[in-house]
Amino acid sequence: MKTVTFKGGVHPPHVKHATEHKKIERAQLPPKVYIPLQQHIGAPCKPVVGVGDEVKTGQKIGEAESFVSAPVHASVSGKVVSIETLPHPVGANVLTVVIESDGKDELSEDIKPGGDLESLTPEDIKKIIREAGIVGMGGAAFPTQVKLSPPPDKKIDTIIINGAECEPYLTADHRVMLEHSEDILFGLKAIMKAVGVEKGYVGIENNKPDAIKKMQELVKDENNIEVVALHTKYPQGGEKQLIYAITGREVPSGGLPMEVGVIVQNVGTTAMIAKAIKTGMPLIERVLTVTGSAIAEPKNLLVRIGTPFREVIQQCGGFKQTPGKVIMGGPMMGLAQASIDVPVVKGTSGILVLSKDEAKQYQERPCIKCARCVDACPVYLLPTRLSHFAQHGMWDEAEDYNALDCIECGSCSFVCPSKIPLVQRIRLAKSQILDRRKKK
Amino acid sequence: MDNNVFLISVISMGGIGAFFGIVLAYASKKFAIKVDPRIEQINEALPGANCGACGYPGCSGFAEAIVEGEAPVDGCPVGGREVAEKIAGIMGVEASATQERSVARLYCQGDCEVAVDRALYDGVQDCRAAQAVNGGPKACKYGCLGFGTCAEVCPFDAITMDENHLPHVDIEKCTGCGKCVQACPRNLFELVGVSKEVHVGCKSQERGKDVMKVCKAGCIGCRKCVKACPFDAMKFKNNLAKIDYEKCTSCMVCVEVCPTNATYSDFDKRKKAVITDECIGCTLCKKVCPVEAITGEVKVKHQVDPEKCIGCSLCFEKCPKDAIKMIREE
Amino acid sequence: MEKEKLLITSSPHIKDDDTVEKIMYGVIIALIPASVMGVYYFGLHALLLIIASIAAAVVTEAVFQKFRNYPVTITDGSAVITGLLLALNLPPGLPVWMAIVGSVFAIALGKQVFGGLGHNPFNPALIGRAFLVASFPVHMTTWISPVDGTTTATPLGLMKLQGVSTDYMSLFLGKIGGCIGETSALAILIGAAYLLYKGYIDWRIPLSYLGTVAVLTTVFGQDPIFHLFAGGLMLGAFFMATDMVTSPITKKGRWIFGIGAGILVVVIRLWGGYPEGVSYSILLMNGVTPLINRYTRPRVFGEVKNNG
Repeated sequence: MKTVTFKGGVHPPHVKHATEHKKIERAQLPPKVYIPLQQHIGAPCKPVVGVGDEVKTGQKIGEAESFVSAPVHASVSGKVVSIETLPHPVGANVLTVVIESDGKDELSEDIKPGGDLESLTPEDIKKIIREAGIVGMGGAAFPTQVKLSPPPDKKIDTIIINGAECEPYLTADHRVMLEHSEDILFGLKAIMKAVGVEKGYVGIENNKPDAIKKMQELVKDENNIEVVALHTKYPQGGEKQLIYAITGREVPSGGLPMEVGVIVQNVGTTAMIAKAIKTGMPLIERVLTVTGSAIAEPKNLLVRIGTPFREVIQQCGGFKQTPGKVIMGGPMMGLAQASIDVPVVKGTSGILVLSKDEAKQYQERPCIKCARCVDACPVYLLPTRLSHFAQHGMWDEAEDYNALDCIECGSCSFVCPSKIPLVQRIRLAKSQILDRRKKK
Repeated sequence: MDNNVFLISVISMGGIGAFFGIVLAYASKKFAIKVDPRIEQINEALPGANCGACGYPGCSGFAEAIVEGEAPVDGCPVGGREVAEKIAGIMGVEASATQERSVARLYCQGDCEVAVDRALYDGVQDCRAAQAVNGGPKACKYGCLGFGTCAEVCPFDAITMDENHLPHVDIEKCTGCGKCVQACPRNLFELVGVSKEVHVGCKSQERGKDVMKVCKAGCIGCRKCVKACPFDAMKFKNNLAKIDYEKCTSCMVCVEVCPTNATYSDFDKRKKAVITDECIGCTLCKKVCPVEAITGEVKVKHQVDPEKCIGCSLCFEKCPKDAIKMIREE
Repeated sequence: MEKEKLLITSSPHIKDDDTVEKIMYGVIIALIPASVMGVYYFGLHALLLIIASIAAAVVTEAVFQKFRNYPVTITDGSAVITGLLLALNLPPGLPVWMAIVGSVFAIALGKQVFGGLGHNPFNPALIGRAFLVASFPVHMTTWISPVDGTTTATPLGLMKLQGVSTDYMSLFLGKIGGCIGETSALAILIGAAYLLYKGYIDWRIPLSYLGTVAVLTTVFGQDPIFHLFAGGLMLGAFFMATDMVTSPITKKGRWIFGIGAGILVVVIRLWGGYPEGVSYSILLMNGVTPLINRYTRPRVFGEVKNNG
């Protein structure tokens, strides 16, 4: 198989065997859901329901008031029991609507199919996407409709659907590609129509040959859509790396993909767009991989947004070993959780639980300047220098050495034989640089 | 022969030395840049820590700004009044009525003994970095993370970390430059007048029962301090007591009633009123005393009951004869 | 099963299982063939020198770290490498106490005064060797023939002073006068192949180093094959120029480093006072490594180049 890729990167072990051949299962309805009013990058939503209100599945409960935002919807039918600030898997406490499920899962009357793709205008499609509260489901959770509305001076000519799933352990996107391939194709066509683009690609890492085959067969009659096999290497699914691998274009330093005429969407997001157009169903559930050595029965689950991690883990047989680390997302860029009493949000691509033995604490050793981080960095930075600057509060030097270009993929920290927390230091430098800029 | 070599060396080396000496001397005259001598003088008067608290790039930058009339003569928060007066002297102006020196105070008492962690943390030992990892390991979302970033950024070595990972500000060394205020990711430092001796060591806006779950030294919102304060200086907002420093007299009554010691002060610094022989028995002090610690008949020297006196200084301020002294207990 | 607290760290949550120790022990393994050949050719005294040098290096490191209240890290293998490399760079007939002095100097002043592992600007083994050459020039240039145990000259010495060449086979196998570990190109190449296979050294430095020497010696009318296999070039190119700590971190920098060292070797060998120049060429390039790093920063992804 001919594959394309980028320069740099690392080869972490895949560890996808536990779930890659398991069909997506629908999770049981949770007794209570905790729906944060901010599950996306941008302004938080304003609640439009009150405590005591009866809500139905799919009913809007949080209204997006600014452009960069996305509304949230009730993921079960039942009664709003409280609206309070509660822990969110991203870290800070966020205003959250708590709904007690009545178990009936009654659909809201607002949910109506959007109509034929042919009859919909680009504006209609974007409106459906916005109203469905769809955000990037790969993890970053950027509002999709905003991404699909580039300023008029930016000419977009290519859409890339990101099926790389380069994070070890995770198989949710893989399964969606196998089980909902038609939705992905439909979603891609909808995005192409919404943005007015002729060329579409689906990029898939070659460790998922079944998904590549399935998608290739599906698009064999589409002359403007191509399925591209990607070399299996981390971070192949990074936007800039993916664009470079497929189109050979480099997104300018500090810029967005649209500056080279490309928009990238995750496969889960694309399938969700198809669902929203076909059925009118907003984003109230998503596929996620529950896996890791401490999970008794790893699964790919279709879970309602707002279901607590605890509930999801129980549906996978609970823990079979003492959990050491609970990660939302994959092991390379996922967020470690202090507690499993946080809800699944729109950006939760997986719940990875490492056993106590696997959740290692590392003793940091001096840098031996082996430069493995330099070789691994997919944006060609010098992580060892940046980390050194951050350690000594040399923010100006860090800025000069392009710290802000860091995509925080973690390849440098992964390969470092001295176990230096390189990317954490670079993150600190980035936040300090941005803070200082704000003050100026 | 030998003498000759010696002579030649001396002459040639001396000649080279003399030549460069002359060239350098000429160059220093010819290419001298005229600098306002006041900049140099002001620079010398400044503390020289280049902390940047004035908002200019280092002390020399501030000195230039003063001479150019951009910065006020008392713009150095570190040097305080003394430096401001010196600079005013150099610039030939009057220093404005100078304020009291501010120092950094920590608004958290939750060291690792009293406040619990909700998770283990491994990684960069920096509060800002730890805060970015799921909000940090501390169960209290408002409390001190204890990695000592404040102590690291303090240019004056005024902050030290105790064995329980709580920072302590050395009031003598602190210059109020504000570096720690900026660095703390949880905004636990505030600059407060140095004479203010009572502080609420908690910033948690959680409800009392939630605070109790995570910290033994947090403000649980019982409002005892609010009720106890004789001067209405204790405010209560967002489940948290907060001192109005305009009204606070550092009497420390609130500290006495606080069940969790969230409100703190140095009791050794508590003052007591003592009435001297100047007293004419006007009874003004007796009337103003909020705790009825002063007794005495009209036109007779009054007495203070040191057990009752809370050192609030109200009588001291009121006395028309300056017959009351506020004395620190030993 | 979840009574215990969870661990939170910044991502990534998995790390490669290579460690500093593994790399260091890998280098030691790669040096075994050369050491064995050295002992085979030069006898027990060579073995004694190797052992003394390693022991002195490890003890010095431990004493230094203890004294400065640093954690003692002698098990990481870095001091062993310094001791071993130094020994391999010594003439086989050197008194043992000199090897110990050199080794102590290498660790103390070549490494620990700068802050220990990772902070030394120069290769410590080469610092030790340079110190010994300066202190005991006669002992450091007295060579023994592996054939009959008599005093002899190195092939480079023979070439420089008498214009006598040595046959390729002797050079390749190491049946020649020279330092303990430098004579057998074969043994060094076996070790180097292991290091390259493991990814512990970057091929750019040895390639550019050896390549430059080959090209320049050809240009100046010398026998390039002789120059590649004679003296300490092979050992230096694969084991000392590639020292991670003291060589550049950028790829471009490594090319410059290798080419610069190659030029220096040729200059010293052809026109310098010494017959051999490998250690000085590497030390000099170590000295400019920070500068090379500074001026060879790679172009950041998306910088300058647009829509390629």
